[in-house]
Amino acid sequence: MAAMNMVQAINLALREEMERDPSVVCLGEDVGVDGGVFRVTEGLFQKFGKERVIDTPLAESSIIGTAIGMAMNGMRPVAEIQFLGFIYPAYQQLVSHAARMRNRTRGKITLPMVVRVPYGGGVKALEHHSESTEAVFCHIPGLKVVVPSTPLEAKGLLTAAIRDPDPVMFLEPTRSYRLLKEEVAEGEYVLPLGKARKVREGKDVTIVGWGAMMPIIQKAVEALEKEGISPEVLDVRTLAPLDHASIIASVKRTGRCVVVHEAPRSCGLGAEISARVMERALLSLQAPVERVTAPDITVPLPKGEHYYYVSPERVINGVKRTMSF
Amino acid sequence: MLTDEFDPMQGKMLSILDKDGNVNKGLEPKMSNAMLLQAYKTMVLARIADDKAVRLQRQGRLGAYPPSRGQEASQIGPALALQKGDWLVWAFREMGALLLRGVPLWRLYLYWMGNEEGSAYEGEVNITPSAVPVGSQIPHASGIAYAMKYRKESKVVLCYFGDGATSEGDFHEGLNFAGTMRTPAVFLCQNNQYAISLPRKLQTASPTLAQKACAYGFKGILVDGNDVLALFAATKEAADRARKGEGPTLIESFTYRMGDHTTSDDATRYRLAEETAYWTARDPITRFRTYMEHSGLWDDKKEREWAEEASRLVEEEVKKAENHAPPTLDDAFVHTYGSMPEDLKEQLEFMRTDLPPRKEG
Repeated sequence: MAAMNMVQAINLALREEMERDPSVVCLGEDVGVDGGVFRVTEGLFQKFGKERVIDTPLAESSIIGTAIGMAMNGMRPVAEIQFLGFIYPAYQQLVSHAARMRNRTRGKITLPMVVRVPYGGGVKALEHHSESTEAVFCHIPGLKVVVPSTPLEAKGLLTAAIRDPDPVMFLEPTRSYRLLKEEVAEGEYVLPLGKARKVREGKDVTIVGWGAMMPIIQKAVEALEKEGISPEVLDVRTLAPLDHASIIASVKRTGRCVVVHEAPRSCGLGAEISARVMERALLSLQAPVERVTAPDITVPLPKGEHYYYVSPERVINGVKRTMSF
Repeated sequence: MLTDEFDPMQGKMLSILDKDGNVNKGLEPKMSNAMLLQAYKTMVLARIADDKAVRLQRQGRLGAYPPSRGQEASQIGPALALQKGDWLVWAFREMGALLLRGVPLWRLYLYWMGNEEGSAYEGEVNITPSAVPVGSQIPHASGIAYAMKYRKESKVVLCYFGDGATSEGDFHEGLNFAGTMRTPAVFLCQNNQYAISLPRKLQTASPTLAQKACAYGFKGILVDGNDVLALFAATKEAADRARKGEGPTLIESFTYRMGDHTTSDDATRYRLAEETAYWTARDPITRFRTYMEHSGLWDDKKEREWAEEASRLVEEEVKKAENHAPPTLDDAFVHTYGSMPEDLKEQLEFMRTDLPPRKEG
């Protein structure tokens, strides 16, 4: 066991899966010699060679498009798009091909592939480097969307994503890449996709989050506890397909629900979760479902980012609104 | 090398069989009688099947359909150069190529009739489903070819697209990847002169499409797209090079879409009758028939017999497609993922009770 940050844990998962299965390859911009702009693929080029850690031309649609071709023809590509804000040229490949190839061919052609993408803000990055547009992928049937929140989670979820028979978007919270270290074991560690994780038990309110929101929720919870409020916390981990059952079960116990996301409010995943809670747990609710999100504005540059990002204080405000309804 | 002899940068076009069926003996490719017969019979079958599809659409028995008429050589000539284990990646106007590679006609009809089973090609045919978003299939071919190269297989991918696709970003990205990685891909641009209504000269200022290969660091060649021998020869040479690890080739097949873009289109809105007549005189089947007759492989009697047999086959395949079971509600759900998520299972069960009863037909 070694203490690792999320970058190291993802690197370990990639290395172990590449050792285990020669059909697994990494491709993307700067993933080879440079080891990736966040150093996630560091050392893989040296270990596995240029045929398996492919420095591609700077072309997002072809990174995902060629990954689709590789997956059609017996490989398990792990494509990296450098930032979520740059993925849009490849959106057609994801929506029109990756997501529906299995269905269009009635299962004759399937695409076991992963698209790894750093997402989200809070690292004082350049314009277009802070997007959290997970909802535009969650809306597409056939795509799975996974977001890890800790190093160990990242290892187990990425391993599962690589072994999954279908295309998985693996969104990595840049803000959490080096935020904390935890013990990550070498060797087999696989977490199930599509299952939420209960981070802590509580009785007053269910707080639902994922990825970079989890440490913020944690801070809020510590403060709320001191005020005698007992939140239950769920890390949904897989945003699509979402584990509605775990959320509903929790809300039925607590009677309140706060969804926290970094993305803008309208049509964010919080809207979907809120609708499901309304459909399945209306009579258990003691307050409307509360959404703690970014407003519907363009992500500001770093000087104005505090107007945008969710803070522990805003989570606390949201919880208190549901408590005092 | 044909690609050296017929340099598109100098405006040269490879032609072996002229419009009247005279062959350039110096360039005539080595093809067995069996292969020539297969090529000719498939071209005739494709023409009959295509005409039938248009009629079925007019009768409301088949959905919107993109006719192939006039492009039979352009589709079938390149596919003749493929071997077992090779891949074929197509756009949506390549029915002849799929028939040649063994996809049953009823399945193709089934697809255009609106059933996904029509894209579930049986066996190891290595054919992707159609790619309607223009040019988006090109990077797939580059990726499929990368996997071949990675496994050190002596295989190739043949990737079709149209003249309009060359304006798409995916054309650039797909060819650029293939060139950089020297993957075994043959890119076959069916330049049928129009992208729906947009004429080729408004698609790009480039004098030929073939010369675009130059920018990607590999060979390109312009070929008479109604000359099945020239298309076979050029593709065979490109495929041989690819199998030897010498990278991709771009072939521009200079042809003409004799019909409408699809059955929803009316080409008379943007094309002159004189132009269509010019191309009708350059029909790919007529000239190949002359060649086959001169070679002693074909005659009027064989033509009559094959036309009858092909027509009968087409009718049988239409029946098969029309008698195919419609998709069930389960069919529509189960192929979304390898295993159905719980939530989707619930949605399926809900739909069972919520859908109104449906009258068949």
